Amino acid sequence: MFRYILKRILVTIPVLLGVTIVIFTLMFFTNGDPARLILGDTASDAEVAELRESMGLNEPFINQYFNYMKGLFKGNLGISYTTKLPVMDEIKVRLPVTARLAFFSCLFAVCVGVPAGIISAVRQYSVLDNFITVLALLGITMPNFWLALLLILFFSVQLGWLPPSGLYGPLYYIMPVISISAASVATITRMTRSSMLEVIRSDYIRTARAKGLSEGKVIIRHGLKNALIPILTVVGIQFAGGLSGAVVNEQVFAIPGLGKMMVDAIKSRNYPLVEGGVLIIALMCCIVNLAIDLMYAVADPRIKSQYEHVRGKKKSKAEPAPVREA
Amino acid sequence: MKIFAKKMTEVSTVDAAGEQVITVKKRGQAADVWRRLRKSPLAMIGLFGLIILILCAIFANFIAPYNYATQDYTAISQTPSWQHLFGTDNFGRDIFSRVVYGTRISLLVGFISLAIGAVIGCLLGAIAGYFGKAVESVIMRGCDIMMAIPSTVLAITIATTLGPGLVNAIIALSISSIPSFCRVVRGSTLTVKDQEYIEAAKVIGANNMHIIGKYIFPNVLAPIIVQATLGVGKSIIMCAALSFLGLGIQPPTPEWGSMLSTARTFMRDYPHMVIFPGLAIMLTVLSLNLFGDGLRDALDPKLKK
Repeated sequence: MFRYILKRILVTIPVLLGVTIVIFTLMFFTNGDPARLILGDTASDAEVAELRESMGLNEPFINQYFNYMKGLFKGNLGISYTTKLPVMDEIKVRLPVTARLAFFSCLFAVCVGVPAGIISAVRQYSVLDNFITVLALLGITMPNFWLALLLILFFSVQLGWLPPSGLYGPLYYIMPVISISAASVATITRMTRSSMLEVIRSDYIRTARAKGLSEGKVIIRHGLKNALIPILTVVGIQFAGGLSGAVVNEQVFAIPGLGKMMVDAIKSRNYPLVEGGVLIIALMCCIVNLAIDLMYAVADPRIKSQYEHVRGKKKSKAEPAPVREA
Repeated sequence: MKIFAKKMTEVSTVDAAGEQVITVKKRGQAADVWRRLRKSPLAMIGLFGLIILILCAIFANFIAPYNYATQDYTAISQTPSWQHLFGTDNFGRDIFSRVVYGTRISLLVGFISLAIGAVIGCLLGAIAGYFGKAVESVIMRGCDIMMAIPSTVLAITIATTLGPGLVNAIIALSISSIPSFCRVVRGSTLTVKDQEYIEAAKVIGANNMHIIGKYIFPNVLAPIIVQATLGVGKSIIMCAALSFLGLGIQPPTPEWGSMLSTARTFMRDYPHMVIFPGLAIMLTVLSLNLFGDGLRDALDPKLKK
């Protein structure tokens, strides 16, 4: 198991390096001279040229990338053009906000989606099942920022129950979490439903019922446990979706998180902040994917034993296929 | 044999000599899929919605009562009425007309970006799956890198580099849809490439590109079609999100996302400005998803529960 974790971490490193190359290249070719952006329109050409030289912007692409990476290993993501503060400091303030939002959204999606999916599967073709299926379909098709606007319109403007913007307490989380997680709730519900439907028809479920277990135990202990793998996969994907949703929804609810920081930075052409933001989001996604991979092992002993025999398995895979006689 | 027999329809005719001849006519796969698709009412609703939307996009000039850019300062921010079905916006432009013209933009962006992404992704996926080894490693690691960044964030980053605009939004969305196609096609190619008919094609001397084009693609088409139908909806939502953030299609082009972005400022006093463009996005994606789900079941009857 330990070997597997180590291997997964080692595989993640080149991916993250690749992400830095992609982001750095994209930002390198973005229009606008950083030196001019820092100094503003009033600065003379000579001043701009001097700053370019001191920032190393006249060096070739490869050198600039290596300089960036050198800084990155020291935890230095550059300096924000507008506030002149280190990007890392800006991110440190905003990361917890976005991470909390994404986490709560994911948690909400699981807490609502999994039970809804189970109910839907157990009571297949009932009125409740149809109702849940329709709701799930609406959740997937509704753009989250539109849902956010509708929620503000209804709960803040019409009823005045919830605050429309900011993030100063538990009440402020309700609308952003619902709008970010709507699509995830729907996807998890659908996945749980189809995965459970597959499982509850198996023989061991009939056996469990036959030996007199209560329906709840049959569904949770025997059904859900076996339906968990595809659900886990979807949860992992939905976390990335939650982060994307947070980027857009932070704008709607004026939440000072990574997403709002990035979009504001794009508008003011403050590219080091964009670079840093994307990198941190990619890092979070990689960590969550790793965690999900490890949770597979917890959920399914067969996978765990596979992890423990990775080497042996590889050997058998490499064996030549039997030659078919004519 | 049973399954095989199902796909055949017996046609008995009487030949010139007066003897009864039984010929077996094979029904094509497309006809089979269509037959199964027709049985799903939800898929048919989706298809119907999609056809209406496509007609709206093509005949926008005839359907829309006003030009999407015509400003009428005597009718600013009016609520829905018989004159303006969806009301007017802050410049006195007819929202119904803008939503109808918006269909054109959204479907265009959705379909074209997805088509470009699908072609490149499928090609890369098939090459990776078919050739294996180093080629596969390079392509799939590239996909891993692209997939490590959530697709909306990736599209936002690419749109930042390229700048706002219709063409750039299409490019950004195409690039971010490549990895998912690449993965799906690679997976399907891996299962297909060891089949005997591929071996047979190799034996008769077919070259690699011929094998990929003629034998691999038709056999991995089902997952691609499903991915594409569901992907168009995703692209439309992503395009709207980009425009909503001000990074995609710019006003005065009537794009639903950018309409929502403008309407946001006025939503307290004029909620109708927010409701209709969003409803248009939702109905479009709903039609695509209903059709896509039906298509998935029709293409793979084993999956249907």
